[in-house]
Amino acid sequence: MKKEIKSSGPADSEIILGILNDSKEILNRLYVTYFPMVLQLVLNNSGNEDDAKDVFQESVIVLYNKVKSGNFELNSKLKTFIYSVSRRLWLKRLNAQSKTLRNIEDFSEFIPVEDDLERHEEKDRQFRVMELALNQLGEPCKTIIEDYYLQSRSMQEICEKFGYTNADNAKTQKYKCLQRLKKLFFQA
Amino acid sequence: MMKSDIELTNQIDAYLRGELTDSEIADFEKKRVEDPAFDIKVVEQQNLVLHLTDYADRMKLSSEMNAIHESLDIYDLKSQVAPEAPIIRRMWKKYRINTAIAATVALIAVSGTLLSTGYFSKTISTNVSLLRREINSIKKSQNALIKNINDKPSTGPANPGQFGGTGFALSSNGYVVTNYHVVQGADSVYVQNSEGEAFKAKMIYIDPTYDLAVLQITDPAFKDLDILPYTFKKTVSDVGEDVFTIGFPRDDQVFGKGYLSSKNGYAGDTVAYQVSIPVNPGNSGGPLLDNRGNIIGIINGKQTQVDGAAFAIKSTYILKSIEAIPQDSLDQKLIISKRNSLSGLSRKDQFKKLEPFVYMVKVY
Repeated sequence: MKKEIKSSGPADSEIILGILNDSKEILNRLYVTYFPMVLQLVLNNSGNEDDAKDVFQESVIVLYNKVKSGNFELNSKLKTFIYSVSRRLWLKRLNAQSKTLRNIEDFSEFIPVEDDLERHEEKDRQFRVMELALNQLGEPCKTIIEDYYLQSRSMQEICEKFGYTNADNAKTQKYKCLQRLKKLFFQA
Repeated sequence: MMKSDIELTNQIDAYLRGELTDSEIADFEKKRVEDPAFDIKVVEQQNLVLHLTDYADRMKLSSEMNAIHESLDIYDLKSQVAPEAPIIRRMWKKYRINTAIAATVALIAVSGTLLSTGYFSKTISTNVSLLRREINSIKKSQNALIKNINDKPSTGPANPGQFGGTGFALSSNGYVVTNYHVVQGADSVYVQNSEGEAFKAKMIYIDPTYDLAVLQITDPAFKDLDILPYTFKKTVSDVGEDVFTIGFPRDDQVFGKGYLSSKNGYAGDTVAYQVSIPVNPGNSGGPLLDNRGNIIGIINGKQTQVDGAAFAIKSTYILKSIEAIPQDSLDQKLIISKRNSLSGLSRKDQFKKLEPFVYMVKVY
């Protein structure tokens, strides 16, 4: 192991709380504190900064999902968790490119994260399916669905926005859109 | 059938959004127990909405992360963690572009050849910034040549590549004013104080007409300054008045003394003063102060082929620019100091007090 990147970031508990509260400030500090560590890992193992960015961001997504699903236990350091996930993701990519099968040069201790990554892969797959489904959905359905289910707008607002003559028409339209999305998503 | 399906879907939506009354919820739950087909419908819809929310959350997280990523200085980070390649190769990789430019320019300019020869006789590591400096001096000499040919006044010392000019604090919370031509086309801007500490800054306002730019230091390492010792003069100063400036024509602050030689700038330009003061490329953006420590202008250029004819944008235009910045677009208030603590001090002490407020503006 070579020199470790010194990082005096926010406390782990502070980050966990920030993730649960969707704090932008905490995301920023998390990023600034731990990105250099992953950059070091990837740069020293045949990757470039774009690879580091992808791997790190994916690790943060894994962390967020883990924390938000309520099963992040503070028995390992957050730093170790992020490092371990990034390390695993990068190894996987390296092997996929069959660039190298040699072991990775490490800069920090790491823990097994196979279970987390399995969960992540499933979630990632669903994310891609949803992305595709929404793209295939077309307008105005996409916007109606987003307005109602993601922005939590009322049917009244949607009715006005799309110029439906009455709320029933809007409801019918929303119903049709949801049915379409359901079909696209579950049958993919 | 279709009609009732629509109603069911709406009911499930209302249930999932928590818009049902207690008695409606009870009915709803009862129906779920009694009718398994309905229950499946509920679970399906709930699932779909959950996936939808997950999707949206991740999109949001990604876009926030990308925004953060863009604000990072990747180049600097990389230099801290990059693999330990053999030192010469690393230096070569890092500075080959500079070296290539130096080599090209050296072929064109005779003086350049001499300078770059000097460079190679020294050790590489101590010459990293010197190399830049030398590229700059070559560039500057070229610029001077161009100016001679055209026989036109310069609009200010040309931005010497990665070097930049001078700037000074507008307020203690990190706002800095400099010339527009110093930061024009910049990818990123840093300001460096007299202690040599550099801070990342962003352009928050530009006014090309008056050649002014306002920067905000965004670096988390930046700590608020003391109260500014100077004020901005709201009226026009008199010809003949003693003035002085501080700038960064080189890596250290350089003090320059002179007098106001005309109340108008080049070719009757009423925006600027003409000042008889020694200035060089790098002085652009420096404060021009009177004896009492009022900022009366900001150095922005000099006339070539005329000795001692420099120009400074009048302080009233700086104040106008500040007024033009919408305060609610700023995340910190920009308040101009109204107290002058330089008045009556000796030049020596004035300089000492001013030192921390004058920055080198580095443009990349």
